Amino acid sequence: MSSFLLIDMILLGLAAVVAIGVISVRSLLSATMLGGIYSLLMALIWQNMNAVDVAFTEAAVGAGISTVLLVGTLLHTRRETNQSPAIHWPALLTVVLTGSFLIYGTVDMPDYGDASAPIHTGRVQQLLGQRVGKVDNEGVHHAWTYSTMAEQSVERDEPERSFPPERSHGEDHGGDAEAGAHGHPNDDFKGHSPNTVTSLLAAYRGYDTMYETAVIFTAGMAMVLLLRRREERA
Amino acid sequence: MKDQVVLRVMTKLLVPYMLVFGFYVIAHGELGPGGGFQGGVILAAGFILYGIVYGKSELHRVAPRRVIDALAGIGVLLYAGVGVWTMLLGGRFLDYSVLPAADYGAAEALGMVLVEYGVGITVCTVMITVYDMISEEGRP
Amino acid sequence: MNLALLEPSTASFLKVASLAGTYNYALYVVLMMIGFYGVIAKKNLIKQALGLGLFSTGIFLFYISMGVVEGGTAPVWWTTDEAHLLKAAGPYDNPLTHVLILTAIVVSVSTLAVAMALIVNIQRAYGTIEEDEIRAIEDAEHPGEGVI
Repeated sequence: MSSFLLIDMILLGLAAVVAIGVISVRSLLSATMLGGIYSLLMALIWQNMNAVDVAFTEAAVGAGISTVLLVGTLLHTRRETNQSPAIHWPALLTVVLTGSFLIYGTVDMPDYGDASAPIHTGRVQQLLGQRVGKVDNEGVHHAWTYSTMAEQSVERDEPERSFPPERSHGEDHGGDAEAGAHGHPNDDFKGHSPNTVTSLLAAYRGYDTMYETAVIFTAGMAMVLLLRRREERA
Repeated sequence: MKDQVVLRVMTKLLVPYMLVFGFYVIAHGELGPGGGFQGGVILAAGFILYGIVYGKSELHRVAPRRVIDALAGIGVLLYAGVGVWTMLLGGRFLDYSVLPAADYGAAEALGMVLVEYGVGITVCTVMITVYDMISEEGRP
Repeated sequence: MNLALLEPSTASFLKVASLAGTYNYALYVVLMMIGFYGVIAKKNLIKQALGLGLFSTGIFLFYISMGVVEGGTAPVWWTTDEAHLLKAAGPYDNPLTHVLILTAIVVSVSTLAVAMALIVNIQRAYGTIEEDEIRAIEDAEHPGEGVI
């Protein structure tokens, strides 16, 4: 067993224990603090899985802003929940049934970390490897279309279906002239984004991110409408 | 918490670094881990820390509500405006390759940076609004 | 025991039982179901919102787990020479799942914020945030109209 899997298992076990604590403690302040701990554990898990941007966001948002938000709510409401029965049997039954169906659904998933899983070999990956945030072959290539993209993928004789598609690249990097002939052209760090997460976020999924930003804006406006005191009228 | 000397001094020391780090994370989003979402939250954390320690009135002095509310909309408009700009230049919506830059890669980078700034502005101001509203006192 | 000789479903179950391949996916179900239990069983509205947060974190874990490549590194290209021109060969983890979850985390905190605003308003209107007490108040004020 690799150290990666060992750390992953330990952190996930801790996260499960903390999650049970979040649900079961009576004091809401304790639940909030356990929620912050849970978020930090998730950030560690994602760092372990190399999802650095996600870990960054979770540490800032989950452990920081969420905790402030929940503590602020507790100031307005109350610190403790009512005494409830220890185990809610219908809920437990529902949860166990749903959980076993979902686990039964995961048995056909590809192995954890399998590089030949469909998610790593599909059409999306070809698109990612070719275009997102890359310097183009001729330097300026304004009106590229899906047809030119398809041509270029045919031209390329490297195994571009594997992810990342440019993994065989490396030796032919002396001059720009020969770079276009084989492998991915101009695949150095001039003028485009080495962080593929950001380039995907802003370019490949630009529409999606725009509407996510609109969702955040709407949430802020909802907060203002629900909670802001009307000082002018008072 | 205005009477806590240690908190006040440490906040004055910490907040500039938090803000600079937030700007760094937004500006270097396409070079390393980070981006508009994370950087915006870090910027907002600086303001929230300042508001917690020095009080709401002081927070409203450094970040007036009108400015914060307006910036939340301006961030989204900046994002959508980049899309409209690319359409005016003859491309498709959010097709960064037509932006005026030295080459294709620079145009892509320009578009991504502008879009990240828009995201960062919106996320930062909305998070400040969230703190501001949730610590509001009295009935609406 | 040779797994290839067994029925496919039996072999898959043994694989899960031995934690060899897909234990991570089973654990995401566990985390999700802990949150789901909180949403169903707890009467307190803040507890329910926390349970929804746990539920969404389970889904995030599922997505990120799918993006992992064995021996992979973070999807930020790094160079192998001093002039920073040669990109390292990788393999890199799949960045697409990271992008999806990155935005989902920020959106989930936004929805949590709206939920908290609603809870504060409920506290102001009813004086409580326990679901059964709110229901009792509603029944007393509007008898015969059914539950909310």
